[in-house]
Amino acid sequence: MRLLLGTLFALAVAAFVGLGGTYLALTRGAAFGALTIGAWTAWPKMGTSDADPYARASIARIGFLPTAVGDGVAFAAQSDDDGKLLDGRCDVVVAGITPAARFWTVTLYNLEGELAANSVGRYGFSSQEIVRQADGSFSIVVAPRAQPGNWLPTGGIERYTLVLRLYDTAVGVSTRAGREVPMPSITTRSCP
Amino acid sequence: MIRWALLLLGGALLGGVVHIATVIMLPRTATKDAYSRLEKIAPVNAVTPLPPATADAATMPYMDPAFASAVCRYDLSQGPMKLIVPVRTAYTSVSFYTRHDVAYYAINDRAAGRRVIELDLMTVEQHNQMPEEEDITAADRLIVESPTLTGIIAIRALAPEPGLMPQAQSAVAAAQCRRSDETKPSR
Repeated sequence: MRLLLGTLFALAVAAFVGLGGTYLALTRGAAFGALTIGAWTAWPKMGTSDADPYARASIARIGFLPTAVGDGVAFAAQSDDDGKLLDGRCDVVVAGITPAARFWTVTLYNLEGELAANSVGRYGFSSQEIVRQADGSFSIVVAPRAQPGNWLPTGGIERYTLVLRLYDTAVGVSTRAGREVPMPSITTRSCP
Repeated sequence: MIRWALLLLGGALLGGVVHIATVIMLPRTATKDAYSRLEKIAPVNAVTPLPPATADAATMPYMDPAFASAVCRYDLSQGPMKLIVPVRTAYTSVSFYTRHDVAYYAINDRAAGRRVIELDLMTVEQHNQMPEEEDITAADRLIVESPTLTGIIAIRALAPEPGLMPQAQSAVAAAQCRRSDETKPSR
């Protein structure tokens, strides 16, 4: 009886630790080789055949096709530079310059990876269509209501992810965070 | 007391094994991975243009809405494949994924260096079985080796502004993905 109880206890602990650990790892996006610059994080190795088992499991669970390294690299941000979670009811400013790339796009997704519905059908900007200042820097206002300049509508959703994809770029697996890879800042300007 | 502590420790160690096993097994059991989603809409060994991603409908999560895309779900068991992608818009790329959606190769228009991206896709075995002399004439051909028999080729063309989307869509729809006739049967 004691043996049976003990075995059941150990197995219960094993199931809890094992499945809980897997669940946490996949929902928190744990994978090796993260490249974090400011509020932005990329997993360049996720787009190679060297992708580790955590990256492979995340790819399968989310069900997307990762950006391959020969194509580009995708940086995601879920919070601003101060660590505050991005809120679709606030005005958030994404400003600055991007690392050298032939093209880039910035896109707003909900936490399921779907585009956020809005009245003007705009889900993001490409480097070609964005309005820039004289020095080449840009500023995008991510807000629920129309804004002058580059307005990226949130549709009023509570939480969202911004994805900045650099195409045909030198930024990749061997990149280290530093001065040579400038990323745009993310600042929450005002909240209702 | 010590007995329960030991059982707790043993359970935690076993939990580590369970954790590693589930993480490794997950890609093989996933039913909503990109390949399974595409299996329903994309016939094998043909180019299938995907509708542009919108808030209402998207073939899979995290698609870039600035791109027109098409996929070719390939099966190399009958022989190597040939892929021809015309380059018409600002930026075109071709990415190769295994059956479990791991990207193993990608090339863009500039790396291809021509107005058309032309590739031969085959398994490592099929590449090894290619006759010697053919390999020499094939020196200027781009050969991609697939680690798995089946997989996905994603063809993407950028529409730098929304008005250019129809042009990008016609470019990816004009891509060809078929079994190569040039390569002789391997046996």
